[in-house]
Amino acid sequence: MKIANILISAFRALQRNKMRSFLTMLGIIIGVSAVIAMLAIGQGAQYSVEQQISSLGTNVLIVYPGSQNTGGIRGGAGTTTTLTEEDCLAIQRECPAVSLISPGTRAGGQVIAGNLNWATGVEGTGTDYLEIRKWGIEYGDFYTDQDVKAAAKVCVLGKTVADALFPEASPIGLTVRIRNVPCKVIGVLTKKGQNAMGQDQDDVILAPWTTVQRRLTWFPYLRQILVSAASASNIPVAQKQITELLRMRHKIAPYDPDDFSIRNQADLATAATATTQILTILLASIASVSLLVGGIGIMNIMLVSVTERTREIGIRMSVGARSRDILTQFLIEALVLSLLGGIIGILLGVGGSTLISKLAKWPTIVTFFSILLSFGFSIAIGIFFGFYPAKKAAMLNPIDALRYE
Amino acid sequence: MIGQEHREAETDARLIRIDHLVKTYLLGEVEVHALRGVSLELRRGEFAAIMGASGSGKSTFMNILGCLDKPTRGSYILDGVDVSGLSGDELARIRNAKLGFVFQGFNLLSRTSAIENVELPLLYGTASLKDREARAVKALNLVGLGDRSHHYPNQLSGGQQQRVAIARALVNDPSIVLADEPTGNLDSRTSVEVMGIFQELNNKGITIILVTHEPDIAQFANRHIVFRDGKIRSDKINTTPKRAADVLKDMPEIDEEEAA
Repeated sequence: MKIANILISAFRALQRNKMRSFLTMLGIIIGVSAVIAMLAIGQGAQYSVEQQISSLGTNVLIVYPGSQNTGGIRGGAGTTTTLTEEDCLAIQRECPAVSLISPGTRAGGQVIAGNLNWATGVEGTGTDYLEIRKWGIEYGDFYTDQDVKAAAKVCVLGKTVADALFPEASPIGLTVRIRNVPCKVIGVLTKKGQNAMGQDQDDVILAPWTTVQRRLTWFPYLRQILVSAASASNIPVAQKQITELLRMRHKIAPYDPDDFSIRNQADLATAATATTQILTILLASIASVSLLVGGIGIMNIMLVSVTERTREIGIRMSVGARSRDILTQFLIEALVLSLLGGIIGILLGVGGSTLISKLAKWPTIVTFFSILLSFGFSIAIGIFFGFYPAKKAAMLNPIDALRYE
Repeated sequence: MIGQEHREAETDARLIRIDHLVKTYLLGEVEVHALRGVSLELRRGEFAAIMGASGSGKSTFMNILGCLDKPTRGSYILDGVDVSGLSGDELARIRNAKLGFVFQGFNLLSRTSAIENVELPLLYGTASLKDREARAVKALNLVGLGDRSHHYPNQLSGGQQQRVAIARALVNDPSIVLADEPTGNLDSRTSVEVMGIFQELNNKGITIILVTHEPDIAQFANRHIVFRDGKIRSDKINTTPKRAADVLKDMPEIDEEEAA
């Protein structure tokens, strides 16, 4: 029998039972659209987490002073006073894997401008800070090396602070008083949004680290050193170089622990990405259970169909159908059902994902891979679950099949 | 398609040669002897009726004759081919090319138009799409149903359904039409009409083997073969077959439209 004729027979048989064919496909439709929608939601979540992490800056290492250990009572990270400007200069000089570096200090307090005030944090940084954090200036300027050297009374406002203190006019050239120290506003940062922990990264004032250290806090040590590795692959190298350098400079004996710690954004990113990947796999595997149930539905209906159409099979055999013609016809019927179901499911899944991102404001990403995956799955299900009923039909004895009531 | 000249051109007039055919079933532990040595020859163009009570072996014989079943022993030569040793797929090809079946229960595919039912055997052959339709239309015309080719079985009367089934049996230009109780589900007038169609086909040279337990129906055939206990009890030529056209004249009219 020619394959075209088998296709004709299969399509006619499916057409004869439109309702049953549709209900059989429904299982696959729901399964495939669920898999596509779940993958889209999971990959959307993964994408937004990656976005947030990369907003921290790429290839970034943060060096913190270690915890203080006084008679066995250990303070938290950053409680010791071990990081100095000299450490910072040494890293810049002696670690080739480090491309950018910014010493960091911090002060908190009430900031006053005219008749408005706002409680925020003041970050003292170097001039490389913006580049390390992949941040930009919306308008105005950033401070220069000259400003840092002179501990100039200048500052750059984060978007949130600028909006809070200067709701109407541009703040450039105006003065804010930080802990009663008047500082001239020379720029406003671009909006960066929330970080991975949900904190507003724009609620900040940046000032030269020397200004914060010598005019606001009087604290002679550094709170942190922000370092950018030359490339992602250089992150572990930079970490090793900094560790060796600081251990040597701080004169730490070989088996003593570090008096500083280095945190790695890449590790954080990997962990967060892994979490969302697990989420995606979880969602997809739940959805694929429904795909499996859909496949069993196909097998179920095909088995019923074989029993119900025993006489038809007998007639076909009596007019010359071979076992393999019957096998092929039933297999193709199952395949057509699952393929059509798969295509409708893909359309529904893509449509549903778009709807979810429109209504729930949840980012969804439909990848070519997820479409290919569910399409392949539905073909496999059609063949796998269609084979047993088809085999059963093909094995029928024509005499018994003809006599079947 | 069914040219008498073509039939006469073939040298061997013996279409069927059956020699000492034995069929034994195993029902659990018990051996059932359905056929106990049947020998028979049929010539081209014969119209034979096979009769016998139920359990006489006539159905088993019919199944073997129709290549739906294989004999346990003995030989069956159909149109010059020994089919007793063929495989399932080879038998399917023989059924497709050389045999046409007409059953008691019509056995049409439901929700499938008359023409698609008639086309069914062609789907398993080598005919092209265009050829298929032309042959199906021709076969339907032959049984007088050319105007109903797109009707569904549930829109046709019993007699019309049986005529669709006959058209399906004819569409592949078979050597033999095998009819198994073809009038069993029909009223007496329609039965005679169907027998009339068989007689017409037979006049055109088609070999017909009819299985029936009704002596009235057998009267239309030219040869009576009676089975009993798995053997042929009698095999006679019917020298005075009834003509369906004559019988119909004497029967009371039934409104065909009402029956439809």
